[in-house]
Amino acid sequence: MELLRVEALTLAFGGLRVAREISLALASGDRLALIGPNGAGKTTFVNLVTGQLAPDAGRIVLAGEDVTRMAVAARVRRGLVRTFQISRLFRDMSVRDNVLLAILQREGRTARAIRHAATDRTLVAEADAHLERLGLGEVAGDRVGAIAYGQQRLVEIAIAVALRPKVLLLDEPAAGVSRAEQPRIVAALAALPPDIAVLMIEHDMDLVLRLARRVVVLAAGALVFDGSPEAVVSDPGVRAAYLGSYGT
Amino acid sequence: MAATKMAPRSPIARDRLVTAGGLAAIAAAGAIGLVLFPNDLGFLTRVLATALLVLSLDLVTGYCGVATLGHAALFGGGAYASGMLAAHGGIQDPLVLLAAGLAGGLVTGLVSGLVILRATGLPQLVLSIAVVQLASALANKLSGWTGGSDGLSGISPGPLFGRFAFDLWGQTGYLLGVALLLVVFAALRALVLSPFGLLCRGIREDVIRVGALGARVRPALVAMYGISGAVAGLGGALSAVTTGVVGLDSLSFERSASALVMLVFGGAGSLGGALVGTVVFQVFEHAVSAANPFHWLTLVGLLLIAVVLFLPRGLQALPARLAGLVRRRAAPARGGA
Repeated sequence: MELLRVEALTLAFGGLRVAREISLALASGDRLALIGPNGAGKTTFVNLVTGQLAPDAGRIVLAGEDVTRMAVAARVRRGLVRTFQISRLFRDMSVRDNVLLAILQREGRTARAIRHAATDRTLVAEADAHLERLGLGEVAGDRVGAIAYGQQRLVEIAIAVALRPKVLLLDEPAAGVSRAEQPRIVAALAALPPDIAVLMIEHDMDLVLRLARRVVVLAAGALVFDGSPEAVVSDPGVRAAYLGSYGT
Repeated sequence: MAATKMAPRSPIARDRLVTAGGLAAIAAAGAIGLVLFPNDLGFLTRVLATALLVLSLDLVTGYCGVATLGHAALFGGGAYASGMLAAHGGIQDPLVLLAAGLAGGLVTGLVSGLVILRATGLPQLVLSIAVVQLASALANKLSGWTGGSDGLSGISPGPLFGRFAFDLWGQTGYLLGVALLLVVFAALRALVLSPFGLLCRGIREDVIRVGALGARVRPALVAMYGISGAVAGLGGALSAVTTGVVGLDSLSFERSASALVMLVFGGAGSLGGALVGTVVFQVFEHAVSAANPFHWLTLVGLLLIAVVLFLPRGLQALPARLAGLVRRRAAPARGGA
C-alpha cells in the first residue's frame, strides 16, 4: 500500500534551487535510504515533506490525503513522523516523561489539566515498554540531559515509534554516535515496526547497506539515482555526484 | 538487615509528597506571620496578593518560556473587575468579589495572551510592555469607572461568610489570603504535573520538538495565559478587597517588572521558587527600607546581583547547591584518608 507520494517538489532560496522537481513514493514496509554529498538538499527535502518548509511547487500526499499545505503538527497527527539530525529532546525532563508526552499527545490527552500525567498506568507501562525494548529501562527515570548521547539518539527513536507513525523520516539517526554505540542504533532501526514506511538520511554506507532495501541519491537538489543498495556503489552518475570533477 | 535499601518512590507519590510539603510550609509560614507579626498583617496580605501575581507569572514564564514584562495587566484586570463590581454594583460579598477578580483576570489573560503570543523573543517582550501600558492608559481614561489617577475607592466588603469582618488589624484579610494561596498552590501543583503541564514544559524546552509530536502550541499557550490571568486576577481581587482601593499602580509596568525580578530571584519554573522569591524579596525590601531609607535600593540591588551571579536558578536551587558544596568538601577528606 502506498503511504507517501511526493510529486515534483520544488523549492528555491533566491537563485539557489535546493529542491528540483523531486518525486518519489514510499509504500508500507519500504526501507529507503536517502544519500548524497553535503549540501545536496537532504535535510531540506525532509523539512519540505514534514512541513517545516513550504515548497514553491509540487505535492505531498500522505496515505491518499494531500498534506502539502498542512501544518507540521497536523501532518504528525496523520502519521508523518520525523527524528532530528541533532537530538531534539526535552533535556530537563526524565527519559520516561519524554516518551510519555509523545504517547499522551498521540492519545489526545494533553488538554487534561487536573490529574497527574503518570496517572494512566497503561500509558506509563507503554512508555516503559518502548524504553525496555531499546535497552533504556535502567535510565527511564534519569534526566535526558544527563544520559549519554548514544542513549539520547535511542530516545529519539523511542519517541518516534511511540507516535505510531505510518511514515517515519529519520535524519541521520546515527549522527554523532560512537562506533561502540552504533550496533544498538542499528538494532533499534532493524526492529522498527515492519509495516511502516521508513526514509532514512544516512552518510554511513555501512549502515545504508545493512538497513536499506532501496537507495535514492540527491545531488544539488535533484534525484540522480533510485535503485538497489548494491547498484548504487557502482553507478557512474552517483560517483560523479559525490566526487565532482575529480571523479571524471 | 536485608532490606536496608529504600524502595524507589513512584513519581506520583514523590510529587504528592512535595505538594503536601509545600502546603504545610505555606500554612506554617502563615501561622508564624499571624502570631509573630500581628501589627504587620496589612503588609503581609500585600505580600500574599503579590505571591499570587508571581505564581501566575511563573505559569507563563517559568513553565511555558513566554517572556513578558506586562503581567500586571492581568493583576489589574482582576483588581478593577472586583473593585468596580463593589464600588458601582454595590456588591459586598467578598467571595463574589474574588470570583469577579478571577473572571476579570481570566478575560484579561486571554486577550493579552492572544496579542503577546503573536510574537516570540524580543518582539514578544515589547508587545507585553505595550499591553500593560495600554491597559494602564485605558484605566486612566475611563476615570468615570475606574477613578483614574485618583484610584477607585468605595470598596467596602461585608463580613466573610457573614461573620468575619474586615477590621483595621487586617486579620480576616490576611487569613483569607493565606487560605487563597493554599487553594491556588494545590490547584497549580495539580496543573503543572498534569498532561497539560507536561506539554507546557515541553513547549518551554523546545517548540519545534513539541510540534514534531503533533501538538498545537498556540492554543496551549493561550489556555495557560487564561489560567495565569485567573490566578493573577485573584491576587488583584484580594488586594482590592483587603485594601478597599484600586490604583493605577495595580496594572503598571513597574509592578510587572518587579514581579519578574521576584520570580527570577526565587527561581522560575518552580512554584515553590516563585513563593520563596516573593516572600524573601518583599520582606528584605520592607526591612531594609525601614532600616536605611537612603540606601535601601542599593542593598536590594546588591542582593539581586549576588543571587543572579551565584544562584542563577534562583533561591530554590540553594539547598541543592549547599548539598553539592558539602559533598565536594567531604570528598577530598575521604580520598586522603
